[in-house]
Parts: sequence; C-alpha cells; structure tokens
Amino acid sequence: MIRQYDKLIFELSKKGRQGYSLPQNAHKEYSLDSIPSYACRKAPLGLPEVGEFDVVRHYTNLSNKNFGLDTGFYPLGSCTMKYNPKINEEMYALKGFTSMHPLQPAESVQGALELYYNLNVLLSELAGLSEFTINPFAGAHGELTGLMVMRQYHMKRGDEKRIKVIVPDSAHGTNPASAAVCGLQVVEVKSTSEGTIDVENLKPLLDDTVAGIMMTNPNTLGIFEKEILEIAKLVHECGGLLYYDGANLNPMLGKCRPGDMGFDIMHINLHKTFSTPHGGGGPGSGPVGVRKGLENYLPNPHVRKNAEGKFYIDFDKDSLGSISGFVGNFGVMVRAYTYILSLGKENIKNVGPMATLNANYIKESLKDCFELPISGVCKHEFVYDGLKDKSTGVTTLDVAKRLLDYGFHAPTIYFPLLFHQAIMIEPTETESKDTLDDFIAIMRKIAKEAIEDPDTVKNAPHHTPVRRLDETTAARKPILTYKDMLDDDNFKA
Amino acid sequence: MSNKYIPHTEDDIQEMLKVSGVHTIDDLYQDIPEQVILKREYDIPSAMSEIEIRKFIGGLSEKNKICSIFTGAGAYDHYSPSVINQIISRSEFLTAYTPYQAEISQGTLQYIFEFQSMMSELTGMPCCNASMYDGPTACAESMMMCVAAAKKKNKVLYAATLLLHVRRVLTTYAKFHGVNLVEIPEKDGVTDKSVMDSLLSVGDVAGVIVSQPNAYGIIENFTGYAETIHAQKAIFVMYTDPSALAVLKTPGEWDADVACGDGQSLGIPLNYGGPYVGFMGSTKALERKLPGRIVGATHDIEGKRAYVLTLQAREQHIRREKANSNICSNQSLMALYVTIYMSLMGPKGLKEVNELSYSNSHYVCDELCKTGHFSLVYKQPFLKEFLVKTDLPVEKLQKKLLENSIFGGIELRPGELLFCVTENRTQDEIEQLLNVIKSML
Repeated sequence: MIRQYDKLIFELSKKGRQGYSLPQNAHKEYSLDSIPSYACRKAPLGLPEVGEFDVVRHYTNLSNKNFGLDTGFYPLGSCTMKYNPKINEEMYALKGFTSMHPLQPAESVQGALELYYNLNVLLSELAGLSEFTINPFAGAHGELTGLMVMRQYHMKRGDEKRIKVIVPDSAHGTNPASAAVCGLQVVEVKSTSEGTIDVENLKPLLDDTVAGIMMTNPNTLGIFEKEILEIAKLVHECGGLLYYDGANLNPMLGKCRPGDMGFDIMHINLHKTFSTPHGGGGPGSGPVGVRKGLENYLPNPHVRKNAEGKFYIDFDKDSLGSISGFVGNFGVMVRAYTYILSLGKENIKNVGPMATLNANYIKESLKDCFELPISGVCKHEFVYDGLKDKSTGVTTLDVAKRLLDYGFHAPTIYFPLLFHQAIMIEPTETESKDTLDDFIAIMRKIAKEAIEDPDTVKNAPHHTPVRRLDETTAARKPILTYKDMLDDDNFKA
Repeated sequence: MSNKYIPHTEDDIQEMLKVSGVHTIDDLYQDIPEQVILKREYDIPSAMSEIEIRKFIGGLSEKNKICSIFTGAGAYDHYSPSVINQIISRSEFLTAYTPYQAEISQGTLQYIFEFQSMMSELTGMPCCNASMYDGPTACAESMMMCVAAAKKKNKVLYAATLLLHVRRVLTTYAKFHGVNLVEIPEKDGVTDKSVMDSLLSVGDVAGVIVSQPNAYGIIENFTGYAETIHAQKAIFVMYTDPSALAVLKTPGEWDADVACGDGQSLGIPLNYGGPYVGFMGSTKALERKLPGRIVGATHDIEGKRAYVLTLQAREQHIRREKANSNICSNQSLMALYVTIYMSLMGPKGLKEVNELSYSNSHYVCDELCKTGHFSLVYKQPFLKEFLVKTDLPVEKLQKKLLENSIFGGIELRPGELLFCVTENRTQDEIEQLLNVIKSML
C-alpha cells in the first residue's frame, strides 16, 4: 500500500545536504570573483538542499499519484493514447543519439541525419505527400508551421490579399489560435446536423481573400467528411490550399491517405499516431508534410541527401524561415521511426481498422445508457452527449470523475463544443476487447448509479489521492510558486 | 490482424463486428469515397523483430561520432546526474498526458509547480509557466507577448548579440505575426545602448529583447536599460542561460519584465537539438499575459493541499482565435528533467557547476592565447564560452579535432572561433584538446 505523501521538495530541504558530486577544481586560480560585481547575483538562490535518496523517494512518491497509460485504460478523445512500446525508449536512449551536439558537422552525425531523412520518406508515403519537415515540436506547432507554408506559398506568388483561413466550428481550439498567431483571420464554417462541414455554407465564403481551409478528417466527432473531394475542388478552384490537421490520422492508417483526399499540407502528431509517449504533456513532435511543389517553402533547416548518398543540412532561400532552434525533437523521431519499422507494412495497415473497430464497439455497446447524437459508423472516436437519462442531474463531469474511482482515465469531456454534455471516447487499437468490456461494464454501472445513488456519482471521485479541487480560488488568487504559498494564509500549516 | 501491439484475435474481431452492426471491417469505411480508399500496401519496409531493430537502429547510432564537446552556442554539455533518467523512465510520468484530470495527475501537477517555483528562484521573476518548446520559440512567444500587451504598438527591438538560432526563429515569427522587428547593433561584442536609446525615443516600441550571456559568451552590462525601456512603456525581455543565473545577476534583479531561454543547460542531454525545454517567466503584472500552461496550488473539498491547471481563460481551448498563443502540448517531461536536476544540485551544486565551467574555460582560453596563435576577440568578461581569433587554418583545425573525437570551435566569422568548456570536461579531455591544437603549430 502506498502511503499518503504530501511534501514539496522544498519542504525536505535541510541546510548542508547535497545530492550531487562534482570533480575538484583543477584551475582554482581562475575564480568567479573576477566577474564584475554589477553582473553578479545578489539574491540567495532558494533551491532545496536535499540528498540524492531524498530526491529519488520524493519523485517516486509523486509518480505514485499519477495515472499513466501503463496504469490503465486512457480513452482520452482526440489524444490517441496508444501503448508506448518500450523498445522505442531503449533506442531513443542510445548514446550515439543523446550525446550529439546539434551543430556537429554533418559528417559526424550521418546516422542522425539518415534517421531524420528516412522518417521523412516513410511519413511521406504514409500520408501520400511529397516531403515532410520534422522540425515542429508539437501538433499546434505543426499547425502554425503548416499555415506559414500556406502563407509563404501565396506571398511567393505575390498574392498578398489572401489572409483568411476557414475553420469548421468543430475544430480543435488550436486551429483558430494557430491561424491568429500566423497573422491570418479566422472565418468559421458551420457544421450540418450530422456534424460534417456544410458545403452550402462553405461556398459563399470562398473568394480571392481565402488562403485556405483547415480540416480534421475524420473530424472531432469521429465522422468522416464525406464531401471532402467536393470541398477540395471548391477550395482549389478559389485558389486556396487545404490543410489537414493530423490529430485524427490514426483511423486512416491502412485505409486512406490525406494526400489522396486532396490535401496540400498536413501535420502529424508523432505522439499520437506513432506511439511516442505523451510525457505528461510533451515532448511531442508535429511533422509537417506538403504536396509536390511546396517542398522548398518548408522551414529551415532541411535535411537532404546528395548524389553520393551523404546527408547534409541545408538552408533553402524559398523557405518560410526557421521555427525551431535546430532540427526539432530528435529524440521523439527515434521513437516514432522505431515504431514504424517494428510494425512494418504488414501490420501498420491494421492500425486504422482496429482503432475504428474498437471505437464502434464501445459506441454501440453503450448507446442504450448514453445519448448518441450522431448514429452510423464512426472512425477512431465518437461523442456521447451525456447520460441518456438527464433527470438525475448527473452531469458528464460527474461521470468522468466517477470513472477515476474505478481505475479508468476519463474520456475528453465538454469537447467538441457542439454538444453540451460531450463525452469523447477514443480507445485506440492497442486495447484488447477484454479491456473494452471492462470499461463498458463500468460505464453501465455508473449509468445505473446515476439513477439509484446519484449523490455518490455527483461527489466522485472518492478513492483518488485528492478529491475535487477548488479551481475557482486557484484562478482568482493564483499561488504559482512555493514562495507564493509561504506568503498565503490559506496554506499555513 | 494480431501482432504484439494489436491484441485482436479473429474471434474478438467477429464478435466486435457483430456488436458494431456491420459484417466486415470494410463496412466501417463505407462512408469514404471509393476513389480515395488505398487499394495497395504501403511502400515501406517489412516489419522488423526487436532483434533486427536493435541491430538496425543501433547501427544508425554508431554512424554518429561521439565527441568531447567544446562547443555551446545555445546547447551546453553539462553534467546530467544518473538519477534523472531513472525517474524520467517511470511510466506514471512518461505515459501520462496533460493533467486534465487533476485528481489522478497530482504527480505531474506537483512537479510542474516545483518547476515553476525553481525557475522563479533562478530568474528572479515572480511567475513562470509550465514550459515552452525550446529557447528560440520561448523568445518568439515573448516577442508576441510584448506586442499583445502593448496593444497599439508592434515594434520590437532585439539585440544583435542574441544567439543566431534564436534570431532566426524570431525573424520567422515576426514576419508572419506582423511584428516590426528591428535589430540593435553591437559594439565591442555587446549591445550598443546608445542606438537602443535613440530607437526607443521615438515612442513606438513595444518591447526590447537582450541576451545574457550573449552569443559570444560575454556577460553584458545592462545598467540603465530598465529605466530607459520602462520610460517608454516598453517591455524589457531578457533571454538567458538559466544555468548561469546561479551566479549572474538575474533578469529580476536587472528589473526585466520577462525572462525566457532554454532550460537545456539544466541537466538535459544534447539530444541532437531536442527535446529541450523553453521557459518563460514574468512580473505579476504580466502574469495573465503569459502563454502556455500554468499550475497553481489549491485545496480539495476535504481541505487537502493539491495542484491544478489554472488561469486557463488565457488558453486556446477556451479563447480560440483570441488566445494569447497557440501552444498546447509543451515539453512537460523535460521540465521534470530540469526539476530533478535542480533538486539534486541545489544552490551549492549549481554554483559549483559555474565555478568549474569558469575555471576550465578561462584555463583553456589562456592556454590557447599563450600559443601566440589565438587571441580573445573582445576584452569582455565571460563565464564558460568565449570567442577567439586565430591565424591557424580553421578548416584544418576543425578537421583535426574531429579526427580526435573532439567537437570544438565553431566559426562565427572568418578566423573567429567560439569555444565552450563546462564542468563536464575532464582534465584529460582538456589536455587532449590543447595537445591536438598545439600539434598543429
């Protein structure tokens, strides 16, 4: 049994303890005392003073208050929480990768450049596009980079007036935010009652000020945009480009490629579709791919191969510029590359179908107790609009919190915004039928509890390291550091 | 269908199809237009077993040359204690995602709170966010924050002495975000304050970004900067190497409004450029303008102390196109790296790291100068990184070093080499560097 643990590392500090060892100084004649006093730190440095063992126990205890994928089922919609294979970690940690300085000459990092280059080739084939940059650090960073490619393309053609980007109302929040950061104006297009883009609503928006459209397909409801070919035709006819938000790429693996649907630019989340660990919110990686003709606009530096088969770093003059210090989260690329090679062409084609089967299986199994607003097949994820029986007053938040009591991570809730009680479930292909059956049984149990014992559900969770939090006070009177805490009456022991 | 990552047996599939109300897997894709369905196998290699993977990927790693690193330029080879890797590998941290469900994410939330607290101590800024992608993007976000806070002004000044890779990213973001980015030239290797003063005096500047130490490793003197910048109601941003802040005057002490930089120097391996971790801190006044995630302390309904994502009204999932930034996932696990590093090193260890780096680098610099073929380009104080002019053939010198598994001395301008020596270089490595160079004389 894990004991209750409630210490901050600062609270373990005792003057004089130390958790490191460093060599003797062989050149003491050169001393920091020579730094001019105007440039010296005066304030004491309030870091904890703790022993190595203190640190190990402290963070081990903290880890016990965390729920990871390896702990249990994590059906967080739109996040593709699939198993993170252990061999990926072993490969990432090879010293020949982790100890490379980013500015080392190309001749001394041929292996790293080859890996980058090869991963680019694999991603291009899987996406049906011409070339990828793997420099972006995350999905949202990929979106921003992709939109920069879009603008760069229009600017290089001297078409400066294209400053609008069309975004569906069901889009991830990062889509409009990325557009705004990129200096584009967001125009929202409404969805039909089936949750897909309304082509009739789209048509009047298309004019010569449109830079392009951002789409997620399947969209955030897990529904495939059936009119995609018509949409692609319309957008291209007006001179715009199509951007594919690859957050939902997983169900397409093996079945359908964004490039073949007419998309010009896309990003992929390596930490979703290609199994790299989410790390509590990063590091991720958001490679951006483009169709033929747009390659040179991709950000610098480029990794290229010469006629002799040697790899080199290139700065392209047509490029939109640099969006990362070096070539991105290289360590994440090693993991994703390992994953793709482990699956190979024989297995990767089953990823999309099995992810889709898992989602449909849950969707159909629970639709008698949870409200299913959109019927028909879904792809990798789907959305319920809360419990079917709304008379109990038990909300989606309550259901989510009760799931924690039963050892499951909650689905994504209250997104997309199209439904008031949205519960967005994405099981991924790495979960077995047995795990799904356990989840279905617990969801049924919660639906029953909501009727028979609603207070238990409304006050959940009961068995977690902490219970529901006072988020209002946290936002109204922010305590963001240990120092803030020491100065605040609410936190006096 | 089944493989080691996909657990479906044939029986499972049949039962699940029945429940799903379809007959075949293809039925699940019937809504996709026939023309776009992929009807062939991907043109990628066949599956590799773990044995083959180890050989193949291991082989790639062996094509890279492991060197003694005598280069910095924004990526520093500091010591990384072994504890870090052990803790980082715990899958409760590694395989979790953003702590949306606070009740089962207290581990992540608490280490972010500790990270914010430690970065706040180092930088002297009262609040810090939960991390950014890397130093250059953190700097670009700081630039956009200046413009957002100033509302009507869109000009931002930046020092020419910022690291090259930071300037590149700033330029890109400025171009697309519509920021009028103007360079403050350097004089004697440091920012030319008189030019900054006259640029500021026009009154249209939203922010000023300087670097400490700068791209030449020089410790700049920012006396009087805050006064001039604040007199024009502009925001004072300092890009810093956080490791150095254990001994250097902090952005807070310089009265800067925003501190940003790369946390890589705090125990993160070089990783061929990433993953690293950007950081950003600000004054209380700018707290609600900070981009990215922020964790705050609070209590649960039973009065237990706990941590939660807070000030979310700033963020993209609430504000969409009106958000301060589009950042969503950051580099959380790398923030844990840094947090464990700072816990182990403590105030004393971090100071010692700087002492050792200072002594080692000044020793190497002196020894190089003693040969008569090297001289410091600028007579300015430095910490661990320095720029020397040489009359030796640079390409030959670099090649010779590399042959001896040493990566050092990148050429910033013709005949001018930037070296960095940290505590992570042993005396043997240092003597080897000097011997190889001396062998060329």
